[in-house]
Amino acid sequence: MSEGRATLEQHSASGDSFAAMMDVLCPMHVVLGDTGHVTHAGPTLLKLFADVPVIGARFAELFEVKRPRGDGSMAALMGAAGGKMHLRIRSRARTDLKGVLVPLPPGWGPNGGALINLSFGISVVTAVRDFELTGTDFAATDLAIEMLYLVEAKTAAMEASRKLNLRLQGAMIAAEEQAYTDTLTGLRNRRALDYVLARLVEAEQDFALIHIDLDFFKAVNDTGGHAAGDHVLREVARIMVEETRSDDTVARVGGDEFVLVLERLIDPKRVSDIATRMITRLSQPLRFAGQVFHISASAGSVLSCDYAKPDLGQMMQEADTALYTAKHRGRARHIPFSRDLKMPDAKQSQGSDTAGGR
Amino acid sequence: MHGLINRAIERFVRDTYGRDVWGAVMRDAGLEFTEFEPMLNYERDYTRRVLDALAANLNRPSTDTLEDIGTYLVSHPKVEALRRLLRFGGPTFTEFLHSLDDLPARARLAVPDLHLPDLELHEHGADAYSVRCRGEVPDFGHVIVGLLRALADDYGALALLEHKGIRDGCEIIDVRLLATEHACGRTFDLAARAV
Repeated sequence: MSEGRATLEQHSASGDSFAAMMDVLCPMHVVLGDTGHVTHAGPTLLKLFADVPVIGARFAELFEVKRPRGDGSMAALMGAAGGKMHLRIRSRARTDLKGVLVPLPPGWGPNGGALINLSFGISVVTAVRDFELTGTDFAATDLAIEMLYLVEAKTAAMEASRKLNLRLQGAMIAAEEQAYTDTLTGLRNRRALDYVLARLVEAEQDFALIHIDLDFFKAVNDTGGHAAGDHVLREVARIMVEETRSDDTVARVGGDEFVLVLERLIDPKRVSDIATRMITRLSQPLRFAGQVFHISASAGSVLSCDYAKPDLGQMMQEADTALYTAKHRGRARHIPFSRDLKMPDAKQSQGSDTAGGR
Repeated sequence: MHGLINRAIERFVRDTYGRDVWGAVMRDAGLEFTEFEPMLNYERDYTRRVLDALAANLNRPSTDTLEDIGTYLVSHPKVEALRRLLRFGGPTFTEFLHSLDDLPARARLAVPDLHLPDLELHEHGADAYSVRCRGEVPDFGHVIVGLLRALADDYGALALLEHKGIRDGCEIIDVRLLATEHACGRTFDLAARAV
């Protein structure tokens, strides 16, 4: 230590002007004597240690050298000369630093000493907060301020983009919702029905499928006009929603054609009860603009549990066959599908409208 | 035109004159929406249409309003983020003036498709400067006048600013620095508020 001081004094004249120069160029540098003690430190570096005395302390007491690993001795430090050092301040903030050491040539400071320049690297963002640094704490050529600017500018831009994304997501959900909805009745549409059925089959979940077709609906349009027709359809939709549970699906799949999907239903009696109750309600007279309209409904149903491996196409067709049978047997009734029901060829030639008397 | 510029006009009108005035301006401008998205691009003439409708609504020349927008961008608490970004230009107002040439590049670093007019600082002797502003936004120089006036205040400097009209396709702004440390400016902490 005494030797180190002597060396420092010996070179004080040139050492001082060199140190003053370095304070401007590298405000985060330290000069070490040959014993590894700090003989000089740049103004910003002093700021990092606040009240802890830096001058005279051993470098290894102030900083932990993480890479290259060594015993912290001057010899070990000198061994790292020219290469990148990873350091950490031994203080509360434990800030990570980067550094590089150069041995001092004779006459440039303490004999056998070294200069280490330090930088915050990526930890600069937290360091300016922890040490309350200002623009003047960095060298004029240092890119730290530009980096801080960039971090803040990008954060603000990202925040604006994030908000835009949230708004777009909201709009997308609304658009998707609309794409799955029948706009006249507010019921699900064919697309939503396909999706729900595919999901149920995929999940191997049982369900009942009821295909419903209104009876005498054509007469509503013919005598009351389209406004009356639309009103009746909306009333029908309301009744169907009321007669089903919230996790059931009620879809309008054609002009006056509806499909109900009742999840987890395997009991044919319950399906029959629901269908019959719905038909009863749909057969009540409906009023619109001073006119009274009488409709009713025919229904055919299938249960997924009746199929070894549910095939949607087959299920839809067999529900349709049952519905046709209901129409054929006098309408206003529900017929569950059974193997003995046959879709007569007549249906294809006559068309369901005539056969069902819609 | 970048949404950020249109959005700045919108924020200024809404915070200064209220929602109703903004709604009327957008209707008069013939636009079928009421809010600009800051991160989207818009037809170039939207900005002109909004400014014209605004001038008619306020019964006030659009250059005066543009100057107020410049002031608003630096001094209103709701757009504090922008003031901070501007203050990164330098620790003193003089240094900030010298960083003006970099301003469009700085803006592009944050938002690559935001094109601000080119700015060029000329020094004419001690404490006398002029700023040349050239870009696709007509009258943008008036925004710069308001912005510089508010920033001088922010730094605690006393400066006289004057828009000198257009020469060779450039808007010219006269800057006369009367005192660099006239009053205590607002503080600028490098560290952003607690994360």
